[in-house]
Amino acid sequence: SCISLHTVLMTLSVTTLTNLSCSFRQLQEKSLKISSTLYVGNLSFYTTEEQIQELFSKCGDVKRIVMGLDKIKKTPCGFCFVEYYTRADAEHAMRFINGTRLDDRIIRTDWDAGFKEGRQYGRGKTGGQVRDEYRTDYDVGRGGFGKIIQMQKANHQPAIY
Amino acid sequence: MSGQPHKRRRTSEPSEIEERLESLICRVGEKSNSSLESNLEGLAGVLEADLPNYKSKILRILCTVARLLPEKLTVYTTLVGLLNARNYNFGGEFVEAMIRQLKECLKVNMYNEAVHLVRFLSDLVNCHVIAAPSMVAMFENFVSVTQEEDVPQVRCDWYMFAFLSSLPWVGKELYEKKDAEMDRLLSQTESYLKRRQKIHVPMLQVWTADKPHPQEEYLDCLWSQIQKLKKDRWQERHILRPYLAFDSVLCEALQHNLPPFTPPPHTEDSVYPMPRVIFRMFDYTDDPEGPVMPGSHSVERFVIEENLHCIIKSHWKERKTCAAQLLSYPGNNKIPLNYHIVEVIFAELFQLPSPPHIEVMYTTLLIELCKLQPGSLPQVRSSTETKKRLKRLNAFAKSHCILSFDRSDCLTQDLEKPKPKFVREVLEKCMRLSYHQRIIDIVPASFSVLSPANPVCIYKYGDESNRSLPGYTVALCLTIAIKNKASNDEIFSILKDVPNPNQDDDDGEGFTFNPLKIEVFVQTLLHLAAKSFSHSFSALAKFHEVFKTLAESDEGKLHVLRVVYEVWKNHPQMIAVLVDKMIRTQIVDCAAVANWIFSSELAHDFTRFYIWEILHSTIRKMNKHVLKIHKELEETKARLARQHKRRDSDDDDDDDDRSTDREDGPLEEQIERLQEKVESAQSEQKNLFLVIFQRFIMLLTEHLVRCETGGIDVFTPWYKSCIERLQQIFLQHHQIIQQYMVTLENLLFTAELDHHILAVFQQFCALQA
Repeated sequence: SCISLHTVLMTLSVTTLTNLSCSFRQLQEKSLKISSTLYVGNLSFYTTEEQIQELFSKCGDVKRIVMGLDKIKKTPCGFCFVEYYTRADAEHAMRFINGTRLDDRIIRTDWDAGFKEGRQYGRGKTGGQVRDEYRTDYDVGRGGFGKIIQMQKANHQPAIY
Repeated sequence: MSGQPHKRRRTSEPSEIEERLESLICRVGEKSNSSLESNLEGLAGVLEADLPNYKSKILRILCTVARLLPEKLTVYTTLVGLLNARNYNFGGEFVEAMIRQLKECLKVNMYNEAVHLVRFLSDLVNCHVIAAPSMVAMFENFVSVTQEEDVPQVRCDWYMFAFLSSLPWVGKELYEKKDAEMDRLLSQTESYLKRRQKIHVPMLQVWTADKPHPQEEYLDCLWSQIQKLKKDRWQERHILRPYLAFDSVLCEALQHNLPPFTPPPHTEDSVYPMPRVIFRMFDYTDDPEGPVMPGSHSVERFVIEENLHCIIKSHWKERKTCAAQLLSYPGNNKIPLNYHIVEVIFAELFQLPSPPHIEVMYTTLLIELCKLQPGSLPQVRSSTETKKRLKRLNAFAKSHCILSFDRSDCLTQDLEKPKPKFVREVLEKCMRLSYHQRIIDIVPASFSVLSPANPVCIYKYGDESNRSLPGYTVALCLTIAIKNKASNDEIFSILKDVPNPNQDDDDGEGFTFNPLKIEVFVQTLLHLAAKSFSHSFSALAKFHEVFKTLAESDEGKLHVLRVVYEVWKNHPQMIAVLVDKMIRTQIVDCAAVANWIFSSELAHDFTRFYIWEILHSTIRKMNKHVLKIHKELEETKARLARQHKRRDSDDDDDDDDRSTDREDGPLEEQIERLQEKVESAQSEQKNLFLVIFQRFIMLLTEHLVRCETGGIDVFTPWYKSCIERLQQIFLQHHQIIQQYMVTLENLLFTAELDHHILAVFQQFCALQA
């Protein structure tokens, strides 16, 4: 017989839930502490794997690059994962590549728990990254205006004088 | 009595106090609202009060900062001086602890840190902690190392350096107290420096010309600086000396005598620092508007450079802090600090055999410095030979728009000459960080001959016009099959139809070396996967079995590499990543790559930067592989030892040999297997270096003979580049190559060799002699 999620939640005490989420966070932190994979953000849509390889190779041998793709179009959508063979090399990238420029954009690197199939796709509603749904600026390297603004513009009624 | 629990206790937890002490000590000397003197005074009071309970902790922290924060040396010697004045015994214990630490450092080859400790001790003379005569006695023991027989010159060099490099701090005081002894030491120094060998110097010099800035051997330069200091009656005005403000207190203190210090003897395990050449790029003619740069033989120059190097060493991991610390170096308005900083950074970047820290750190540090001081970093006037690190720096910096240079004289010269070559390589590197069209757009039309090629793949079976090429139809078949997701077996059967140009070698099995098969398969696959690195890597993985079979023989491996080159010769970066993957997936081995690099097909590209990138990367992979297996072996041995230990402690008098054997069995077997693996890896590693050196010798000898018989000048741009590349192999991998010295001397670098080539080997030997 099925037990509803609601019942489960009600029978678990608050402490248990807190403990569970704490353990999960601890596990997450632990895997980040040993990870040699980096998430790289704020890339231009036009930045290639070659450019990323060249830049990140300065910190050590790169094991693998996984380009972030628009879920629908399957084209690069401005992020990627860079995996090194050693943690030490990844630490160098966090120290010396994070916050520097690639394709004239300041890129950001963050520790990542490790690439898993499916994580290469943007999670925004229109297929790209979530941040590109909501942003209001015009960014030439990331498809222009944010998606919501683009849709608003498309639906905009011409003014009647 | 209130029912409330006391939230604040009179004293905190001991560990909290220790943390606070550590923090207080580490932070003294940094920017503060109060003066340094009052901070030191206050801290001395706090520490004195805590001595009864925390003496050993305080001793440990002070010894550590003496070793690890040498840029704040005089701050901490002053602190110790104040403590010694208040507590004589503590002063004595600190000196003893420092001597112990010094001995430890020397035992484990930590020579750079040992120098800091020696300098710290010598500055303690200025703080009235150590009696001058006993310091002179220690230096006498240092200098007498130069009288030892059958020891490497680098050992004597270090003791000499430790003595001389302390004199800017304490020369005045020592000379005032013991002038006769000091004169004797200095004259012994002079005679040592005159008789020591300097064969190693050419190998370490960055520029080959002595203009505009001579590159001196580091001990020679330091000696000139000390001689000048002596001539100036030991007046030194740059070093910050906080203890001067406390003179009245300190001169009341009782001093300690250093215990007699015998330099630990030379052992087989001793590894001394390698000699250096001082890199200079600025002098007093630079920046005419600002403060004058101290001369190259002034002791101020030495002290400033030492301190800046120390700051980089302390803060290299945090680039923003490092930049801030460098820019807040005291004396900002009396010295052209920005010039010193740039010179020190480039000195490290160009240091041979390799920079002290990862190269990319220096580029990001320069970027941070530019952010903090926009427009005020000096122009780098580089008018001499090329260096691969400057190329990389330039390319990276270009993407951040810092460096610009005028290279219009490149166009009139032969493209193999250093200047145009340099520009070509920089442009290629820039392209890797951006893309081809961008480079074409920004490079002026007159420079277009130096622009990199469009990195497209060359597929020989692509055009209908190539119909007549042998293997063309098979290539077409293969293309269709691969697009239809054919399996490895299907690929094999398609390839069976490819005739073997080496007909007589074919024993009918079809698995012997068939260059045409390799050509058709590799060309087609790489062409289909040309879209990106990821596509190519997937292709290598999917058809790994086919690759392994086709490249089973040594000739097969070589031919695979040749075809990769033919397809991707416009895209060196792609060649590099493909070769990397093929080594890692064991499609080719390191020796095959080495032979391919020296093959005649690659002769045209032999002096190009990417070739050496590939070779050094290959050597590094080999080295890492050996280390990895070695580590596995050591770990397994340790597991076995732990198992024995556990058994011994549990054991009473049980003599059951059979059961212990059974337990040990699998681990012992594993150790034996790993031992074999290590030996085989080490032998492969040695073979790789022998192949590389042998091919170099062949190539260079050929050139030398040709020049001799033709009566032409040996020193062509190609030759100079080649010789430097040979030197680079020695320098970059010196630790591994040291193991092979006997073999190299007896087998390859023998006396019959042309002296041009032998000189490189001899200079290398001189580095650890």
